[in-house]
Amino acid sequence: MTISKLVLIELWKRKSQLITGLLAITLGIAVIVAIQSVSVVSEQNVARNLDNLGANILVLPQGASIDDYYTSDIDAPTLPMDYVERILTSTIAGVDNMSPKLTRRVKVGNQSVVLTGILPKSEIASKPLWQSSGLLGAQLKTACAPSSSANQSHGMEDTKLQRKAIDTLYSEDCLVGSQVAQRLKLSANSKINIVGKEFKVVKILSETGTVDDDRIFANLKDVQTLLKLENQVSAIEIMGCCNAISEGLLGQLRNILPDTRVTTIGQIVSTQIETNQLMKKITLVMLIIIFFVGGISIGNYIWANVNERKREIGILRMMGADRSTIYKMFLLKALILGIAGGILGFLLGTIAGVVLGPYLAGIIVKPLYLYLLWSVLLSVAISLAGSLIPTYLAAKFDPHNNLQED
Amino acid sequence: MILQGDKIVKQYNHKGGRINALDHVSFSVNKGDFVTVTGPSGSGKSTLLLSLFGLIRLSSGTVMFDGKRIDNITDRHLTDIRKKSVGYILQSFALIPYLTTIQNVMIPLALEKIPVNEQVKRATEILDYVGLSDRKEHLPRELSAGQQQRVAIARSIVHHPQIIMADEPTGNLDPTLSLEILEFLKKINLDNKITIMMVTHSPIAAEYGTMKLHLNDGKIVNQKS
Repeated sequence: MTISKLVLIELWKRKSQLITGLLAITLGIAVIVAIQSVSVVSEQNVARNLDNLGANILVLPQGASIDDYYTSDIDAPTLPMDYVERILTSTIAGVDNMSPKLTRRVKVGNQSVVLTGILPKSEIASKPLWQSSGLLGAQLKTACAPSSSANQSHGMEDTKLQRKAIDTLYSEDCLVGSQVAQRLKLSANSKINIVGKEFKVVKILSETGTVDDDRIFANLKDVQTLLKLENQVSAIEIMGCCNAISEGLLGQLRNILPDTRVTTIGQIVSTQIETNQLMKKITLVMLIIIFFVGGISIGNYIWANVNERKREIGILRMMGADRSTIYKMFLLKALILGIAGGILGFLLGTIAGVVLGPYLAGIIVKPLYLYLLWSVLLSVAISLAGSLIPTYLAAKFDPHNNLQED
Repeated sequence: MILQGDKIVKQYNHKGGRINALDHVSFSVNKGDFVTVTGPSGSGKSTLLLSLFGLIRLSSGTVMFDGKRIDNITDRHLTDIRKKSVGYILQSFALIPYLTTIQNVMIPLALEKIPVNEQVKRATEILDYVGLSDRKEHLPRELSAGQQQRVAIARSIVHHPQIIMADEPTGNLDPTLSLEILEFLKKINLDNKITIMMVTHSPIAAEYGTMKLHLNDGKIVNQKS
């Protein structure tokens, strides 16, 4: 016989009370696990959808404005290309892809067009035109949004397939926006002279309705040489993991690039941040409710158990059980309830999420096995916290008075 | 001398006044004595029994046990003394209802953290000694009153205490069973040289004492050895 065995025997002999005691904590944990299971998948979907919109962070030279970025004036400031390397060699997490660009307004014949130098392998093809151009390369791997295979497993297939990089754009080749092609009467394989250098048009891009329709895209190295801006770029477009942005990615970038202006495409980021914060708030509110309801419920159960066992406590104290033994008896019971409640709550919540997720939220939820650990830890914490006062009072009972209880 | 009380006082507050449950009680018990404590209801017998090892805290007076003063020591030390040196037998048997006979008997050994194998061995021997070896796996409710009291006796001696404190051990038993239990306590007293202090209403039970204390209104009015 050990005190632990005594606790287990008592639990087993009073099974109906055990079930009652477990009910509140189990249901509470189940609700949290179910909400979390659904919200984690929802967050991933939102993150993926927002990431699909393309670059969401712009690194501009200090003093440059977004207007400079779009108008590409001849004297717009630039920043060193080395900054790309600086980001790459940093330990910052959440930078999915980077696309350095050098953009300048130039004259082609008597027409003013915007010449944009890009690094083909890094270029973020965030718009459908790149897909239809037939220049698609391998799909980018992103840090936060699940891959397309993962998407499929969650029933959220990325049908747009927008997150692609361009594999090649050789020196002396260029891609031409639809408006520029019309104005300059260009077609695929035609030649174009830009600032004294001849380029071959490899593709006319479909109309997008954006500034890109008025642009000619060439290899960054060529453009830097042509414009005599060696090792300089106008901006670095970054596809940042939206979760990482909400968790301080911008600040980290500003730390390593202090003489630049780091800005975001506000609506995208704020939507993500708002979504994440809403999910977190809902979970926090549920946690607080569960903590109090579960704690009070367990506390009530333990207190009822203490009162029912007053005489037993008196007998044990009479035989030489010290207060720590009484603490151990009831806290061990609370611990067992916590572990059982955590496991049962996880199973119930996961089943609820998996079964109800497709019906209520239109998403396929998979079990989050890491939550088993968190469920047990949370349940144990609630159970122990709820049991502290009843256990303390049980240990303080006068053994003599309790011996007279019949 | 194993147990000595000197000018023991226990007062209770009652309706704004004070009641002396024990009023300057003094006595000495030698090792191996069988002490019976008698007196009318409310005379303070049970209060005396329960207060000597701290189950009721004294108002004043001193208690010496095995040569050491124990009335002014901490609850933790008193608990330790009860665990190692004292066995209790109560009128209501005080068995834990969801434990089997052998599990009930093993509790004092569990509290002393004795290995389980040793617990089983010693509890089995004691149950054999009290004639309950065939009831080891029975729950208290499956035993007769006499058998339950024998389990309580087994539990009180399994950890080899120096003294047994028995509070009306025959109070819930019929005369035949009472005699059986009293004979058993006498046997334990003689076989194991364990000191016994027994509170009783019964004159027959009182006759088993080698030392007799009679209380009235919280005072010892008669003491015979």
